Amino acid sequence: MIPSQFDYVRVSTVDEAVAALAEHGEDAKILAGGHSLLPIMKLRLAVPTVLIDISGVEELNYVRVDGDHVAIGAATRHHDLEKSEVAQAEVPLLPHVAARVGDPQVRHRGTLGGTVAHCDPASDLPTALLALGATVVVAGPGGRREIPITEFFLGFFETAMEEGELIVELRVPRTGAGGWGYEKFTRRENDWPIVAAAAVHLPDGSVGVALANMGGVVLKAAAVEAALAEGKSIEEAAELAAEGTSPSSDMHADVEYRSHLARLLTKRALKVAAGETEASTAESTAA
Amino acid sequence: MSILGTRVVRTEDPLFLTRGAVYTDDLTDERLTGALHATFVRSTVAHGTVTEVDASAAREAPGVVAVYTAEDLGDLQPVPPPLPFLDAGFSRPWLVPVGGRVHFVGDLVAVVLTEERYQGEDAAEAVVVDVDPLPAVVGTAAAATDETVLFPEVGTNKVAAFGEPAPDDFFADCEVVVTRAIANQRVAAAPLETRAASAAWGEDGRVTIWCTNQGAQQAKGQIAGWLGLDAEKVHLITPDVGGGFGAKIGADQEYAFVAWLAQQAGRPVRWTESRSENMTGMLQGRAQDQVITIGGDRDGTVKAYSLVVQQDCGAYPRIGTVLPTLTMLMAAAVYDIPKVHAQATCYATNGTSIGAYRGAGRPEATAAAERAMDLFAAEIGMDPADVRRKNFIPAFTEPFTTASGATYDSGDYTAALDRVLEAAGYADLRAEQARRRERGDARQLGIGISAYVEITGADSGHGTSENAELEVHPDGTATVLTGTSPHGQGHATTWAMLASEQLGIPVEKITVLHGDTDRIPDGGGTMGSRSLQQGGAAVHQAAVELVEVARKRAAELLEANPDDLEVDLANAGLSVKGTPGTGITWAQLAADEQLIVQTTFTANAPTFPFGAHVAVVETDVESGKAVVTRLVTVDDAGTIINPLLAEGQRHGGIAQGVGQALLEEILYDEDGNPQTSTFADYPFVSATELPSFELVEMATPTPMNPLGAKGIGEAGTIGSTPAVQSAVVDSVAHLGVRHVDMPATSMRVWKAIREAQKGSTN
Ligand SMILES: Cc1cc2nc3c(=O)[nH]c(=O)nc-3n(C[C@H](O)[C@H](O)[C@H](O)COP(=O)(O)OP(=O)(O)OC[C@H]3O[C@@H](n4cnc5c(N)ncnc54)[C@H](O)[C@@H]3O)c2cc1C
Repeated sequence: MIPSQFDYVRVSTVDEAVAALAEHGEDAKILAGGHSLLPIMKLRLAVPTVLIDISGVEELNYVRVDGDHVAIGAATRHHDLEKSEVAQAEVPLLPHVAARVGDPQVRHRGTLGGTVAHCDPASDLPTALLALGATVVVAGPGGRREIPITEFFLGFFETAMEEGELIVELRVPRTGAGGWGYEKFTRRENDWPIVAAAAVHLPDGSVGVALANMGGVVLKAAAVEAALAEGKSIEEAAELAAEGTSPSSDMHADVEYRSHLARLLTKRALKVAAGETEASTAESTAA
Repeated sequence: MSILGTRVVRTEDPLFLTRGAVYTDDLTDERLTGALHATFVRSTVAHGTVTEVDASAAREAPGVVAVYTAEDLGDLQPVPPPLPFLDAGFSRPWLVPVGGRVHFVGDLVAVVLTEERYQGEDAAEAVVVDVDPLPAVVGTAAAATDETVLFPEVGTNKVAAFGEPAPDDFFADCEVVVTRAIANQRVAAAPLETRAASAAWGEDGRVTIWCTNQGAQQAKGQIAGWLGLDAEKVHLITPDVGGGFGAKIGADQEYAFVAWLAQQAGRPVRWTESRSENMTGMLQGRAQDQVITIGGDRDGTVKAYSLVVQQDCGAYPRIGTVLPTLTMLMAAAVYDIPKVHAQATCYATNGTSIGAYRGAGRPEATAAAERAMDLFAAEIGMDPADVRRKNFIPAFTEPFTTASGATYDSGDYTAALDRVLEAAGYADLRAEQARRRERGDARQLGIGISAYVEITGADSGHGTSENAELEVHPDGTATVLTGTSPHGQGHATTWAMLASEQLGIPVEKITVLHGDTDRIPDGGGTMGSRSLQQGGAAVHQAAVELVEVARKRAAELLEANPDDLEVDLANAGLSVKGTPGTGITWAQLAADEQLIVQTTFTANAPTFPFGAHVAVVETDVESGKAVVTRLVTVDDAGTIINPLLAEGQRHGGIAQGVGQALLEEILYDEDGNPQTSTFADYPFVSATELPSFELVEMATPTPMNPLGAKGIGEAGTIGSTPAVQSAVVDSVAHLGVRHVDMPATSMRVWKAIREAQKGSTN
C-alpha cells in the first residue's frame, strides 16, 4: 500500500501544466484531487514517475454562465459544484449528482476534470455530463480543442485526450428548471453505483438519458432516447435501457440483474424528471 | 449511593481524544530506536508448488539489509496446528520452500528487512516467486470430494469430525419436516488497527515483543514455544489495541517471526501490515455451510431438530476447527426440543485460516435455529412469534440442561420476547405490513424476530479463572493489575468502579494496568465475553480482600477490635463503628506498610446471557434492496455495572450483526483469488445503513459470580444477524420467498422473488 517512487511538480497555471506534461512525457500524470489516482498508485496498478499537481491552479476553479452554457473549471471540487448557486439555478442535475459522490471527504478532494479524465464506467458525474450532452475542453501543446462528451469516453479507462493534453473545462447546456432525475443504486449510501441512471430534459426539447456501470464506459441510453423522441411512454422507453449495453458480472450484480436495474432506474429517473414521482435517492434513510 | 449501575464516562477517553491512542505502530519506545522494517513476500497464488524463489535482485535493492527465504531459516520448525488432536501434517512453514506448496493467497514465501518501511515494499516486489498452480479448493463442498488434497502427507482435506449422523427415524414422529441448506458465510474481522508487531532484544538475552493482541499471556506462551525459547526470555506487551473481534486471539506466526528476525539481524524490527495484507492474512470468521432439518406437529410443537455443519477451516487449521463444537453444544438454542442432533465436519481449503469472530461458534447455532423456526412457522402457517413461544424453555432459575447438552444458568426467554415485541409494537407492525401487502406497494415491510441464548465466560484456555492485583498507595491512589486485555471495552473504567465501590477511592485515582507479561505473568485475556464476569469479579474480590487485610492492620494500629471497624467510603478508609471520620485511611495504612492484594477468582461455570431482537426492514421489491428501519433489542446480560459501556457493546454488536446479514462476505474466485481484499470491495456496515437502536432493559442476575454479571460483548451480534435476515425474508414472504442466504444482497432478494414468482417456492 505504498506507491513506488515518483517526482512531484506543482503548477499554478494551465500553461505551466502543459509545459510540464511536454517536458516529462508519457510517464507523467496530472494529479487533481488524487482520489482515484492515489489509490491505484498505492495498489501499484499505476506507476507514474512524475505527478503534476493542478489542484492549486486557480484559473481552473470556477462555475459560471457563459452564453447558453454553464462553464465549469476542471479543478472544481465536487463539493464546490454541489454548493454552487450558479449550478443549482442553471443545471441542477449536476450539483445533485455531485452531492451523491462518495462521502464528504471524497467530495472535498475529488474534481470534475479528474473524474472525467479517469473515465471509470461507474462514475456518477460523467454519467450526468453524458446525459446533458456536455463538451470537454482540453488544452495541449497545440492549444485548446473541444470534444463532445459522446466522443470522449473511448474504453475502459481510455479517453480521447492525446498525450500532452489536460482537461481545462466542462461546458453543459443551461437546463434551468427543466426536469431531471438521477437514480443511483448502491450497496451502502457512500458507495459507487452498482448501476445509475441520469435523465434530463434538455433545452432543445429532447430528453438525455445515460447509464453508469453498464459497460466499459458510462453509456448513453440511446434506444431509450430514440423511443422517447418517437413519443413512446416512459414505461415503453425504459424497457429498452439495457439495449446496446455490455454490463459486467461481479459479486454485486450479474448481467441479468444489472440489465434489470438499468430498466428500473431509467424508468424511475424519467418519472422523476417528468415530475410524476419523487426521487428515491435517500433510500437508506427512509423510515 | 453505589457507583455500580451508573453511567460513569470512560476514563480512557480524554487521552484517546486528545493525544490519541498509542498503537503498536505508534510506539516511540527507545528500545525500538533504529529498528528495521519487515515486509513479507506473500503468495499471489492460492494453491501450487513453488518452483523458484529468487531474492538476488531484492538483496541489491536500496535500503535492504537482509532477505530471508526458506533456505535461511536455520532450525526454525514449522508451526504445528494449535490443537493437539490435529494431524501434524497441517503444520505451517515459516516460509514456503522451493518444492513446497503455497496454500492460500497470502502464504509467506520470503521476508525483507529494510532501513525504511517504503523501501520494503519496493524490495519485496523484486523478489521473484514462481508457482506452478494446482487446482484451488474453494469452499467445503469442493474440499469434501478430496479430488484435490491440500496436504498430500495427510491424505485428506478432512481436518476433524464431531458427532454422528442422525438415526434414520429421527423425524419419524413428526407431522411436518422442513429441511434446508443455508450458509453462514465467511466474514472478515476487519479491526481498524491491522496486525502489527515490534521486537527488540536486550543485553540480558530477553526479547521484548509489542503486538496488537487480545491476550498477552497466551500470545507470549505460543511465541516462546514456536521459537523454542524459554518463556522467561519473552516479555510481551500489548499497547493500545484498536479492535480485535476474536481475530487477535492467539499469536500469529508473523509476530514470532518479527522476534526471530530481530535476533538474526541484531537490531530491533517493526512490522505493520497493510489493509490488503490484513484482508488475506488475518484470521477470518464463521464460514459454515449448514443443513438444518426441523420437524414437529401442525399445532406448532417442535419435536426434533438436526444441525449438520461443514466448517471451512481455511488453509492451515487453527482455532476455527473447534468452534463448530460450540455450535453443536448450543444447537438447541432457547428451545425445549425433545430431540436435537448436531454434527460437524471440518475441512482445509485454499482460503485464509478461520478463527474466532464475535460470537465464535454460537452465532452460527442461533442463526441456524432461528432460520429453522421461521421455516417451520412458514410451513405450518403460524406466526413466528407464536411458534417460538410454544417451544421456549420455560423460565428457570435453577440450571437447565438442553437436549444438545449445554447447562444454562438462568433465563426467561418468553419474557425477553414479550418485552421486545411490546416495545416494537408487534401487532401494529403486522397490521402495517398487511396494509402494504394489500395495496401491493413497491416498498414492503418485513418483520424479523430472533431469540437467542449464548455461552459466555467459557474456558478459552484459561479455565474460568482470572487474576487481579490491587494496591493502594500512600498518596491515596490505587493500581489495579488485571489479566484481561481491553481493546475498546472500557475495562479501565469498570474495573476502577468495582474497586471504588468497596474502597471509596474515586475512579479517577485508580489506574488499571494490563497486557504486560512481566507485570502480569498470568491472565486469560479478553475474549468470549469473559472479562467482567471473571476479571471484573477478581477485582471485586481483591477489593473485598484488601479491606480485610486493612482491617487487621488498622485494628492493631488503632488498638481496636477488628469487628468494631467499618469501611468509611467517604474517607476512603476504616473508622470505628458509628463514628465516621475517627479512623484511618487506606493511604495512611499504605504509608505504614505496603497495602496490596493478589487474588484469583474462579467461576463455577460459564454464564448464558439471552435476549430477543426485532428487526424491521423496508424492501423495494422492484430492486430487491432491503433497508433496516428499526432494531429493537432485549439483551439480558445479568447485572449491569456500567450501562453506558454495556450499551456500547450492544450497539457495536448489533451493527456488526447487521453487516453480516446484509453486506459482508469474503469471496474467492474459482482459482482461490480473494475478490474482497480492500475496503472498496469488502463492505462493513456504516452509520448510514443503520437506524437508531431501541434498547430495551432486562437484567436477570447469574449466581455464577458475586457481581451477577453475564457477558455482553457478543450478544448484540448473535441476536441481530438472524433478526435482520428473517426480516428480509419476511418482507417478501407474501411473494412466495422462504429463504434468502446471507448476505441478503439486493441481487439475492430480487432473484429469490423471481424464482418464487416462477412457481417454485425457493
Ligand atoms: C472512497 C472513495 C469513494 C468514491 N466514491 C465515488 C462515487 O461514489 N462516485 C464517483 O463517481 N466517484 C467516486 N470516487 C471517485 C472520486 O469522485 C474521484 O475524486 C474522482 O473520480 C477523480 O477525481 P480526482 O480529482 O480525485 O482525480 P485524480 O485522482 O487526481 O486523477 C484521476 C485521473 O485523472 C487524471 N486527471 C485528473 N485531472 C485531470 C485533468 N484536469 N486533465 C487530465 N487528466 C486529469 C489523473 O492523471 C488521473 O489519471 C470515490 C473515491 C474514493 C476514494
